[in-house]
Amino acid sequence: MELFDNLALGFSTALLVQNVLYCFVGVLLGTAVGVLPGIGPTATVAMLLPITFSFEPVTALIMLAGIYYGAQYGGSTTAILINLPGESSAAVTALDGHEMARQGRAGAALAAAAVGSFIAGTVATVALAVAAPPLARVALQFGPAEYFSLVLLGLIVSIALARGTALKALAMIFLGVLLGTVGQDIYTGTPRFVFDERELYGGIDFVSVAVGMFGVAEILRNLENEQTRTAIVSKVKNLWPTREDRRRIVGPILRGTGLGAALGVLPGGGHVLASFTSYAVEKRISKRQQEFGHGAIEGVAGPESANNAAAQTSFIPLLTLGLPAHPVMALMVGAFIVHGITPGPNVIVDEPELFWGLIASMWIGNVLLVLLNLPLIGMWVRMLRIPYQVLFPMIILFASIGTYSLGFNAYDVYAIVFFGILGYILIKCGCEPAPLLLGFVLGPLLEENLRRALIISRGDASVFVTRPISAVLLVLAVAALAVTVLPAIRKRREIVFSEEE
Amino acid sequence: MERRRSFPDVLAGGIFVLIGGAFVVGSLGYELGTPLRMGPGAFPLLVGAIVAALGLAIVVKGLIVGEAISFGPIPWRAVAVIVVAVLFFGFTVRGLGFVPTSAVTALLTTLASSRVRLVTALAVTAGLTVASTLIFVVGLQLRIPLLGPWLGF
Repeated sequence: MELFDNLALGFSTALLVQNVLYCFVGVLLGTAVGVLPGIGPTATVAMLLPITFSFEPVTALIMLAGIYYGAQYGGSTTAILINLPGESSAAVTALDGHEMARQGRAGAALAAAAVGSFIAGTVATVALAVAAPPLARVALQFGPAEYFSLVLLGLIVSIALARGTALKALAMIFLGVLLGTVGQDIYTGTPRFVFDERELYGGIDFVSVAVGMFGVAEILRNLENEQTRTAIVSKVKNLWPTREDRRRIVGPILRGTGLGAALGVLPGGGHVLASFTSYAVEKRISKRQQEFGHGAIEGVAGPESANNAAAQTSFIPLLTLGLPAHPVMALMVGAFIVHGITPGPNVIVDEPELFWGLIASMWIGNVLLVLLNLPLIGMWVRMLRIPYQVLFPMIILFASIGTYSLGFNAYDVYAIVFFGILGYILIKCGCEPAPLLLGFVLGPLLEENLRRALIISRGDASVFVTRPISAVLLVLAVAALAVTVLPAIRKRREIVFSEEE
Repeated sequence: MERRRSFPDVLAGGIFVLIGGAFVVGSLGYELGTPLRMGPGAFPLLVGAIVAALGLAIVVKGLIVGEAISFGPIPWRAVAVIVVAVLFFGFTVRGLGFVPTSAVTALLTTLASSRVRLVTALAVTAGLTVASTLIFVVGLQLRIPLLGPWLGF
């Protein structure tokens, strides 16, 4: 079986000592930032990205991926114990998980979340291994016209999943694309919008954009009204769920895994959508609907499985098409490029060790996460006592050092300030930063493929609709746009996301 | 539906119009080219126009049926202090070197919180400076001198 050969290759790469070590560092950091409110995986990956430049490519990607899915685990811990979701996808876990904790069943809730996440992570890793190669083969047939349409589709779909109005999300995407045009033009080498500053010729670094928008802006938001976090946490005991609990979580875990694996592929935050959908499904089909919101273990197991499965499968578009589905993935595109690898369908052929090693490392990471989370729960709880006054100077300092070390270019550091302030104002006005970052990363790809497609077609713009795959993708993009603007669906979106606040 | 104006909508829209418009004006200075060979100005012109148009739509919508968002207070002190701290870092890291720059940046940043006490600020500064030196210079071999030429090194 080809799949087993590939997985064997993957595990032989992922089990190298330094890879296991950095996988561990990644999931450890991921859990930490997942637990701590006020700093998320996007800002963390952005800050740590420059550090990984000196690593082997596969090691760097294993660690960065670990931060991402580790954060999904950590977010649920605080959601359950103190009703404070560290990550947006864990918000729904807080509904029943915290209620269970108040009834003295925190142990069972944590165990359900961890076991669910582990099973979901395992299944989704296999799904990724099975689904990625055929998709990559399809993607290899893509020409510039198809790529242009695909990128456009990805950007439009990400609006559907953003909070706030579709109009603002759309504007944020195009603003991101626009900012991505700063720097030398790829075809003619003409420097664009650089104000004669040589340091800007290489363009604005996406790490600065991410650190500014997700790190600095978030800190300013948190400093708006400072309050001391009170972490009064009851002692966690009886970690193992009872026989009754075990019976009740099997179905939700499996359904959550399926939902999450499918929705995770969507750009823009499929894991948040997955956990909400799973909760809604479990509530609808449960025979004890009245228990939901009052400590139903199904309401913890389902969404937690869903968001973890989604966290794994959101690597599918990245690894097969080179399209990031989440801001963290957008940063990973940058990590690929820095190591001289173009993310996309060629990775699986040209860099099989990297591709399969990364996939195998996700399973290893999931094992490590279970070990980290269940026995060491007390340590994570204690971490919540770190005052924010220590935390935010650390984020600012590390962010400055990290971005400076990108290219020893002070402009990268100044850019953090610019994007921090811009992001802060826009977030205050109800605009989400994630679409901007996706637009920023995908913008150059959009322009390059647009221009290349037009050169190949001798300037005939109809090439985008006459090539069948491209036409289908464009129709889907238009449909997705129509759907997000239609009032009925918009209302449902609002309901889903208002629960999250 | 009741007419309500939304300041955040108008502000956000205004920012989009401003930035989009600036890029449109800027891109007119570059060669636009033909569809066959698009010049460097064509794509930014197109996208800039889209951003400006969307911004305009947001402004208009904000004047008629705005989104009810509470803008909330602005932590002016935090904004000012963090801006100064990060700019300081970018400006001096080459000249002063890693250790003094990190210490001053950390100290400035701690002042962003309105409840900071001097002892805490100094403790945090010392801790962060040591930690970042150990992590970045000792651990990760970042090539930044610990003390820079401005200090006579």
